Amino acid sequence: MEKVLMKGNEALAEAAIRAGCKCFFGYPITPQTELSEYLSKQMPKRGGVFLQAESEVAAINMVLGGAATGTRVMTSSSSPGISLKSEGISYIAGSDVPCLIVNVERGGPGLGSIQPSQQDYWQATKGLGHGDFRLIILAPNSVQEVVNLVVRAFDLGEKYRMPVMLLSDGLLGQMMEPVEFPEISDKQADKSSWAATGTKMEREHHIVNSLYIEANDLEEQVVKRYEKYAKIEETESDAELYLCDDAEIVVTAFGATSRIVKSAVNKARAEGIKVGMFRPITLWPFPKKQLLDATKNAKNVLSVEMNMGQMVDDVKLALDCKLPVAFFGRTGGVIPTPNEVLAEIKKLNGGVQ
Amino acid sequence: MAVVFERPKSLCDVRLHYCAGCTHGIIHRLVAEVIDEMGIEGTTVGVCPVGCSVFAYNYFNCDMIEAPHGRAPAVATGVKRARPDLNVFTYQGDGDLAAIGTAETVHAATRGENIAIIFVNNGTYGMTGGQMAPTTLPGQVTTTSPYGRNPKTAGYPVHVCEMLSTLDGVALATRTAVDTVPHIRETKKMIRKAFENQRDGKGFSIVEVLSTCPSNWGLTPKECIKRLQEECMPYYPLGVYKDVDTNVANAELLKMGGAI
Repeated sequence: MEKVLMKGNEALAEAAIRAGCKCFFGYPITPQTELSEYLSKQMPKRGGVFLQAESEVAAINMVLGGAATGTRVMTSSSSPGISLKSEGISYIAGSDVPCLIVNVERGGPGLGSIQPSQQDYWQATKGLGHGDFRLIILAPNSVQEVVNLVVRAFDLGEKYRMPVMLLSDGLLGQMMEPVEFPEISDKQADKSSWAATGTKMEREHHIVNSLYIEANDLEEQVVKRYEKYAKIEETESDAELYLCDDAEIVVTAFGATSRIVKSAVNKARAEGIKVGMFRPITLWPFPKKQLLDATKNAKNVLSVEMNMGQMVDDVKLALDCKLPVAFFGRTGGVIPTPNEVLAEIKKLNGGVQ
Repeated sequence: MAVVFERPKSLCDVRLHYCAGCTHGIIHRLVAEVIDEMGIEGTTVGVCPVGCSVFAYNYFNCDMIEAPHGRAPAVATGVKRARPDLNVFTYQGDGDLAAIGTAETVHAATRGENIAIIFVNNGTYGMTGGQMAPTTLPGQVTTTSPYGRNPKTAGYPVHVCEMLSTLDGVALATRTAVDTVPHIRETKKMIRKAFENQRDGKGFSIVEVLSTCPSNWGLTPKECIKRLQEECMPYYPLGVYKDVDTNVANAELLKMGGAI
């Protein structure tokens, strides 16, 4: 298959079109810019809709409307924009409507910076809006994986009738890598049992709604949703394990940071240090079993992130405090170097000996 | 026996939750009659607001979507862009449409979204118990303007149709009322025109219906109608503020004195 050189943001947009996305609703923000610009050019030529909304708030509600008709719909934004979308994301989750939401993360809090960051891990995995709900969160670490996960995101969303977030960052969005687009099946889930497409006077009316005024009714809905979440945790969690079999130190990292960590792990291995890397591909569900497997011979765990320590909480929870878990991070848009990570690995290696 | 009056098919056979004397019931019925008469129930999707008519999804027989507060025009935009073959309407109150949803309303209008908006203006937040709305009249007492709305501190009411009539994307902006039989007939005519505009691809149509709220105005239904006529209508003149078919624009309406 032919490989093409593409920016992460553009590859993501192209993959979305190939995956059958028919509508994009968004609002300009850095560093997701190329994604919406690419779609503004391509959608009209390829039978899709590109609409620049008046705000992030409006854009996510357009997603709610479009997705409620059973159409494959997406939006993309960067950190401050996702905060604005959180109202709509909560309604979409509460209405059991599938869609794709992309966050090309930048530095925060507030206006923060426009450089790459992973400061939205907590927001994505634990706080995307008010109420008891989850999104499936996918975290690619290469332009190729961005492409692959876009397709999986649409499929998972429809399979479980829920919104899915692809958590990218300024690094993945802006860098260019060779990428190939797999043959994508245009098969979509059957949405005829719930989508608002007009009754055609052939069925009862469908109501796409998140309001349950009776407490018991709402509890029942939420509990049902959590049974679905339990099934997703059981079957959909995914991770990459790199040189973990004999690893005495396991470095955990997600997204772009894992590329830097991999370089550091290779350098450490060259120096004879038994170190491996664990990379969650699904941030929710967090791949707990895979982490336990990756750390079966480990004496130390190090979480490396482009933030002040967010995923490290889930690492500790998954390990049930059975192993010491250290943290190293750079924040505010600063990217850690392989040598900085190597130095942290060596600190732990010294501690072990 | 011959049936002379019955429930429109597009209304569900359920008890409405609205207070006695509230005019939501009349407006629901008018929307349903129009949908029936145009034969479009099977291809219509309605979008409900947050407010007194939040449960409208249980009352209209067509497919329905519940939007967050104020976002109905954005949700409707999403539906219409994804499925231009569907007839899409929103049913919104004044707090929803003219306060928290002002941006969504104005931008759906200026984009000329091909949707119909039924805007029920009773000058108060009914569902939360009668707080000051963007359309509450100067001097009007509400639970959050207990000394009467003072424009110096609380600002002036929003004239939605007047404002929207200045936008190129708007096909129809009209204000009606449901206080008398002729006005109810006129309201139905305008709702039908809004749906027909959508059918004909003319763009954004809004029908503002002056309505009453006996519970929160603290008046009997009859007194409410009197207040609507004597206090609300002079402040919110009825009339067609913009109609692309007849080239009625705001300026001409003012010359006409605002009468239908």
